Amino acid sequence: MKTTFKAALAGLAMSTAMSGAAFAEDIKVGMLLPYSGVYAALGQDIDDAFALGLETFGTDSGATFEIVREDDEVKPPVGLAKTKKLILQDEVDVMVGVVSSGVLGAIRDTVDGAGVPLIVANAGNDEATGEACSPFITRISFSNQQVNRPMGKWMVDQGVKKVFTIAPDYAAGRQMIDAFTTAFTAAGGEVVGQEWPAFQKTQDFGPFLANAKASGADAVYVFFAGGEAISFVKQYDSFGMKAELPLYGSGFLTSALYVEAQGPAAEGVITALHYVPTLDNPENAAFVAAFKEKTGRIPSEYAVHGYDSARALVEAVKAGATDRATLAAALPKVSFTGPRGELRIDPATNNIVQPIHVYETVAGAEGLTQKVLATLLAEADPVNGCAMPAAVN
Amino acid sequence: MTTDLGFWVLQTLNALQLSMLLFLLSVGLTVIFGLMHFVNLAHGSLYAFGAYMAASLAGVLGYWGGFFLAPLAVAALGAVLYFTLIRSQRRAGPMAQVLITFGLIFVAVDATRLIWGDLPIGIAVPSVFEGQLALLGVEYPIYRLFIIALGLAVLAALTLVLTRTQVGAMIRAGVDNDQMAACLGINVERMFFLVFVVGCALAGLAGAVAAPVLSVTPDMGLQILIPTLIVIVIGGLGSLKGAVAGSLIFGFVQTFGAVLLPTFNSVLIYALLAAVLVTRPEGLLPAKG
Repeated sequence: MKTTFKAALAGLAMSTAMSGAAFAEDIKVGMLLPYSGVYAALGQDIDDAFALGLETFGTDSGATFEIVREDDEVKPPVGLAKTKKLILQDEVDVMVGVVSSGVLGAIRDTVDGAGVPLIVANAGNDEATGEACSPFITRISFSNQQVNRPMGKWMVDQGVKKVFTIAPDYAAGRQMIDAFTTAFTAAGGEVVGQEWPAFQKTQDFGPFLANAKASGADAVYVFFAGGEAISFVKQYDSFGMKAELPLYGSGFLTSALYVEAQGPAAEGVITALHYVPTLDNPENAAFVAAFKEKTGRIPSEYAVHGYDSARALVEAVKAGATDRATLAAALPKVSFTGPRGELRIDPATNNIVQPIHVYETVAGAEGLTQKVLATLLAEADPVNGCAMPAAVN
Repeated sequence: MTTDLGFWVLQTLNALQLSMLLFLLSVGLTVIFGLMHFVNLAHGSLYAFGAYMAASLAGVLGYWGGFFLAPLAVAALGAVLYFTLIRSQRRAGPMAQVLITFGLIFVAVDATRLIWGDLPIGIAVPSVFEGQLALLGVEYPIYRLFIIALGLAVLAALTLVLTRTQVGAMIRAGVDNDQMAACLGINVERMFFLVFVVGCALAGLAGAVAAPVLSVTPDMGLQILIPTLIVIVIGGLGSLKGAVAGSLIFGFVQTFGAVLLPTFNSVLIYALLAAVLVTRPEGLLPAKG
């Protein structure tokens, strides 16, 4: 009796699944990105590449994708209001985006509570796939610790024994540097000094550079992004420190997005990131060519987040996902080889597992370019207090 | 580290460099306020506009084209602002002025974003000032020494004009008592316009000078506004000496605070501001009295 009931149920489930595949499925995607504010350029890169990803991979998925765009203005309260609008009013099947970790923190409970799958296409705070992890949140971008940890051992292997670190005094700065120093000291290196300039209040890094110079370090390891990264790299070079004290860092420091603004000051800086546009593989060659064709720009690491988010969504749909619940279940199971290399999602945290590329910024034929020095093997982040519950709706 | 003479020389130069940049910005703002009793919160936006103009012009005419033309462009913008908004609001009281110029900040940020985009821009240091100079045992970037020298030159020129020329005497009379000055036959309106435009040009100059050291971003005007206001409140509204004193105090407290007391650095300058406001509400060297 019991078995017949189970079989009937299974049959029912099968037929629903098949009917789902038979009809063209319409997936409504809610894009939550900063289209204005300090991160608008990042939002634009993600948006353009997401559209490109859907064009490239989505055509044979049997589904059509409709995109609803909302601007989070890089403000957590605005992001939360727009999330509620996307979930309740637009009734989206899946959300994609979030550049700022602050916005991600603000919308986490709403997304988790509503059971709407969210593909994180940038925000890198460790908590999102650590203590605040959710079965509905899948991160396809990076985590702060992930891009910095492998550099710890690599630099010791290169003969760097003593470092001085500098990073802005806020959560991401601390997470990036702490992950690096933990790995660096574990591999036998020594941190001889640290500086934490006030975040977005420091325009002149001169005072901190003098301390680094006097510290007796072999090298300086830093994290800065955007305008601060440009100021820092230029000022570091203006003090003539690059020759005696090589500059290393998190790869956002010399991102392809704004390295041209740093000019020759960025030459010789060695950093690590999960993506650079010069990676030598067929997937990346196709991506770079298609993105250039579509936008006229060279894709940044932000663009690849958008591209791979689209691909992950398509893969989940191809695996049979049709609505919020099935997408949430399917997204953490996707794995593919993209422009960044081999990607998979760690089931323990729903964070991406990907190789990290060490690159040097060098002068090329058309301005500055990235020379990949080493590709460090993918390893999953520590679980960090994440107890992943099963997705229940 | 702190017993090393080189450390003190280096940080003193850093402090002077920051002070001179702030001086270029605050002197215009403070004299406009002292003379016209006009609160121009958009002064930082003029600085940002100067930096963007310098960056754009540097691409076409080289660094020096931007250096000389950006202040003129900002002065022209200042003149437009004067005739469209400032003049009609001259007697409207501080609240209306604060609201209007505060609104202008947001207009300016989005306008720069529309014209120049969201990505930060950088320009190269002119080739004459590339590299470092050995000075008292430290290697210091020549461009930063140039900023210090430029600040001192502007200070000397302004001191000369204000204390030794007829225009300077008229401006000082206007700051002391504009109605009495008008009674004595001074065209106070025209003088206001002149001072406003020169103040704008100095803000533009500060932007052009800062552009190669800092990155040029849409919100740079907003970031510099608070330090500039602190400088003129500490120094005393309306006085050249006050702007100098305020800039030096801010530059040194900020620089040495950052390296000697990093934990308290963000608080230090505000604590000083509070102390000045409690003990000398007029500022250290106010224009009147």
